[in-house]
Amino acid sequence: MSFITVKHINKTFKVPLKSGGIISTIKSFFHREYRYINAIQDISFSIKKGDIVGYIGPNGAGKSTTIKILAGILVPDSGEVIIDKMVPWKDRKKYVSKIGAVFGQRSQLWWDIPAIDTFNLLKDIYKLDEEEYQKTLNELIKLLDLKDIINIPVRQLSLGSRMRLEIAASLIHKPKILFLDEPTIGLDAISKKQVREFIKKINKQNKVTVILTTHDMADIEALAKRIILIGKGKKLYDGSLKNLKQKYDYLRKIKVQTNDKVKLKKNYIYSAKKVDDGIEYLIDVRKVEINEFIKLISSKMTISDIDIDNENIDELIVKLYEDYQI
Amino acid sequence: MKSYLSYFKLKFINGLQYRASALAGISTQFFFGFVYVLVYIAFYESGSSELPMKLSELVSYVWLGQSLFALVYLWYKDKEIIKMIKNGDIAYELCRPQDLYFTWCSKILGERLSMVSLRFLPVIIVSLLLPKPYNLVISTNILTTLLFFISLVLASILMTFLTVLYHIICMFTLDEKGVVNIFMVLSDLLSGLVIPIPFFPKYLQNISNILPFRYITDFPFRLYVGNISINEGYIGLITQVIWIILLFIIGKLVSNIAFKKATIQGG
Repeated sequence: MSFITVKHINKTFKVPLKSGGIISTIKSFFHREYRYINAIQDISFSIKKGDIVGYIGPNGAGKSTTIKILAGILVPDSGEVIIDKMVPWKDRKKYVSKIGAVFGQRSQLWWDIPAIDTFNLLKDIYKLDEEEYQKTLNELIKLLDLKDIINIPVRQLSLGSRMRLEIAASLIHKPKILFLDEPTIGLDAISKKQVREFIKKINKQNKVTVILTTHDMADIEALAKRIILIGKGKKLYDGSLKNLKQKYDYLRKIKVQTNDKVKLKKNYIYSAKKVDDGIEYLIDVRKVEINEFIKLISSKMTISDIDIDNENIDELIVKLYEDYQI
Repeated sequence: MKSYLSYFKLKFINGLQYRASALAGISTQFFFGFVYVLVYIAFYESGSSELPMKLSELVSYVWLGQSLFALVYLWYKDKEIIKMIKNGDIAYELCRPQDLYFTWCSKILGERLSMVSLRFLPVIIVSLLLPKPYNLVISTNILTTLLFFISLVLASILMTFLTVLYHIICMFTLDEKGVVNIFMVLSDLLSGLVIPIPFFPKYLQNISNILPFRYITDFPFRLYVGNISINEGYIGLITQVIWIILLFIIGKLVSNIAFKKATIQGG
């Protein structure tokens, strides 16, 4: 049986309609019109224990709404969610002690005091055993390199340090499931790498199931084997990243350094862009072998250097979004 | 239970950090205390008709109100909770294994007690040392003093439940200004902090007797200064308890609805 089962959940938000200007503002004071936004529609999936699943989609797709439903914060209008044999919003108290959550845009640390005080508070909230707590805390301090930042008031810390503390705070009670809602938002390259490595580590060591939403495809590439793509509240793709890549990653960027000016027209050339010291081609590898193309260009021009690139995963996602028209 | 105590402790310690704010609070209390006392003295000297409170009672009433101001004024909102509702950080609070209602209660009470503990002593001491008729008169009746302390504890609980209630209402309105303003007008007037209740016209006194506001400020203070008889005091204490129970039930019900319907702002 799967660890997390989500069946046909729906959630609609009622939002008051407001247009700008004085008259319409006055009008809305007396009579309000509402718009219904279907944040998520008929989403189903299941997740096995110990998996890392990337949950992706453009802004406003319903990612955070889903996470909040899974975390027991929001109640769906209809549908069924069973996680670890519990319904999140019904067995809320019991359920939430088994999960950890990091909402990248929010903070659970007390702003004016050192993080260690927040941790101690969490110890009381989750009714942790003192010894057990110290052990976990020391582990987290070591793994996330928190020694120097844990005793400084949170407001004086950099975003990267704070995020490391946020993640530690969400793991202090050894949750079975970890929800990460944009955990690397606003972080620099090194902090991102640190966070990713850490997530991997705790997933392996403690068999923590991780559900991750992000806009940073490098996060997904580094962490999640499986991704769920949603757009406009609907599930569009559910499967491995590899499959998706095979399906969409058919363009290769080939940069040719040359002084010759040649115009090539072939159906497999997706685009040709002039760059400062040569031409950048995008080649559709479904229609032509790369060596075929290289043969062609080497016969047409003198090449001083050539560079073949895999397409950036971000572009892949852009294509994917375009394909699904979201 | 322990977690709520920890919230309380954390808020209490947090509140003690702000010395400048405490100093500002103390000077404000002195300022308003003197203004009220001077105005009432002038009023009593020129007045002729029968007045419902003795001057010494009234002055003590004012000083008690000013010294305990941080504890008893109702429209002091918990900025942190409001911020949490507005920016959506409440998401974190909702995924903790705890009752949010009691968490907020302990936060609010913790902050209030830390504020009042820094502010009340200077005001009490100075107002005791002032010459007659400007001074606070200590009650010599042990029973009244005892009942006063009981009523003050009950008043703190009542204050907490009322405050929590309008914070929860903010979860529906998504902004605190309107709710707090309504509360401010009602509580300021009907709690007797601006004009003591005995000076109200009869019909307004009757209204304030029914509503909970006066039982947070006016009632304990008048009990202490001896303006209320012991028997009335007992009735007042019972009314306090009834309101505590009522507000608790209402608060719990509203909070259950609020947390079920919660929408998290800001994505």
